[in-house]
Amino acid sequence: MSTEEMSSMERVLTTLDHREPDIVPYFLLLTTQGAKEFDVSIEKYFSDPEMVASAQISMQKKYGHDCYYSFYYASLELESWGGNTVFYPDASPNCGLPLIHDINDISSLEAPDVYESPGLQKVLKTTSILKEHAGTDIPIIGVVMSPFALPSMQMGMDHYFDLIYEDPDIFEELMDINKQFCIQWANAQLEAGATAICYFDPISSSTIIPPELYRKTGFKVAKSTLHGIKGPTATHMASGRCLPIIKDIIKTGTSIVCTSVLEDLAEVKKECYGKISVLGNLNGIKMRHWSLEDTESKVKEAIDKAASGGGYILSDNHGEIPYTVPSSVINEISRSVRKWGYYRSN
Amino acid sequence: MICSKFTGDNAFELIRNIIAPALENIGDMWNCGEIALSQEYMASKMCEVIVEDILPSESSSRKNQPILGITTLGDEHMLGKRIVISFLKSCGFDVHDYGDMAPENVVRKIAEDNVQVILVSTLMLNFAHEVKKLRSILESNGSGTKIIVGGAPFMFDPDLWREVGAHAMANDATESLDVICKLMGGNTCVN
Repeated sequence: MSTEEMSSMERVLTTLDHREPDIVPYFLLLTTQGAKEFDVSIEKYFSDPEMVASAQISMQKKYGHDCYYSFYYASLELESWGGNTVFYPDASPNCGLPLIHDINDISSLEAPDVYESPGLQKVLKTTSILKEHAGTDIPIIGVVMSPFALPSMQMGMDHYFDLIYEDPDIFEELMDINKQFCIQWANAQLEAGATAICYFDPISSSTIIPPELYRKTGFKVAKSTLHGIKGPTATHMASGRCLPIIKDIIKTGTSIVCTSVLEDLAEVKKECYGKISVLGNLNGIKMRHWSLEDTESKVKEAIDKAASGGGYILSDNHGEIPYTVPSSVINEISRSVRKWGYYRSN
Repeated sequence: MICSKFTGDNAFELIRNIIAPALENIGDMWNCGEIALSQEYMASKMCEVIVEDILPSESSSRKNQPILGITTLGDEHMLGKRIVISFLKSCGFDVHDYGDMAPENVVRKIAEDNVQVILVSTLMLNFAHEVKKLRSILESNGSGTKIIVGGAPFMFDPDLWREVGAHAMANDATESLDVICKLMGGNTCVN
């Protein structure tokens, strides 16, 4: 029996190896919450890469979870393509108007150079500070939007659906351009110190497109993109369902899948057992009003359903805990993991 | 097939017997997770085109309909709104589209257009909370306009519609029609 507590890195690597660590690892995917650490606006917070790194470090110390999360917000990628971001006082920033207005513009579209984008440089700076601090003890999770998801911001969802269904050749052109960007961006984060890349791929989710369409589109894009990323990846459906395509997701080469609260965690774990690990699936929206008892019960339920045998990391189901979730609830998640998450084998 | 059955004066019959049941079926399948959002979108879009052919917006056949408006209250995510508009148009309704206007402007448009039911579709949680402001301004203006909400935050937290002061919520476009019918006393379904 082991008496020494594992480091976060050991805990995560053990579970990814489908073995039971000392305690269930948990990722609190905190983004905008960091602004509260410095009592500044969300816009001001994300303007300062050192502040973001400091907040990640202090939140990890406070809550004890098993990762740093270098993700800022999704539309930061779009900024490097010439798009803009809208900031709000109490929510994640959102992308402004789409930048592709006519599908004929796609043939002349060029992927931006990650190293020439001031916004992306901030993330790399944050990542390198975190790496300096974490050493090999705490995993740093970087994020990319999948090439298949990015067009929802580049052109708007309705026009993107029209493109997928009605102009497959131009769709392929856009995927080629986006893949080039995504791979460069993922590898830049890995070089800066990220341990793994979370591949946000919500359009592939069976909530958004049917499985047969996924196999012809998002699946192929994921397989070739993940092949170009020089590090481990986690596929995140950002609250969308994954069960109908879980066997395909496994074939993309990813190491982890994040499931939705709309799916039964035990069923997802069963499908993934021994093949890839499962992340999820606490309801971030409902979390805003959870009592401490609710929180403990939800954490315990998730652990009961998915933790046995390893291959599981507890997390929210969307890839970020909303700004309006109180710190008392976040703290209770941590306390509940410590209460219910110890493996008997240890 | 539908257009070949059109005789010039049976648009609502075709909508009632073919289009609305098909869309209702599609909505139910979306609700159960049996089909995806893209399929609901494409089906609604196709039906919208067909109905525009057999029942143009300016048709005098559009009678006894409630006056409907729709908005995202600032949210730039327009897909849900687009699907609801397509669905309601496919069922023979006209809908005033207020885009992503803020609550103050939506209230002004509601008054100008005499809107009886305003539908609010949001993806982001913070815009779901804008419904509170919408309801408050409507009430302070003495408006009786009903608010129906829908979108991801309401789906993930089934109590959120009450929290923000909506009159009702709809899980999808199909359900929005049922909810409109209920709020208007059951007299507003497809003619």
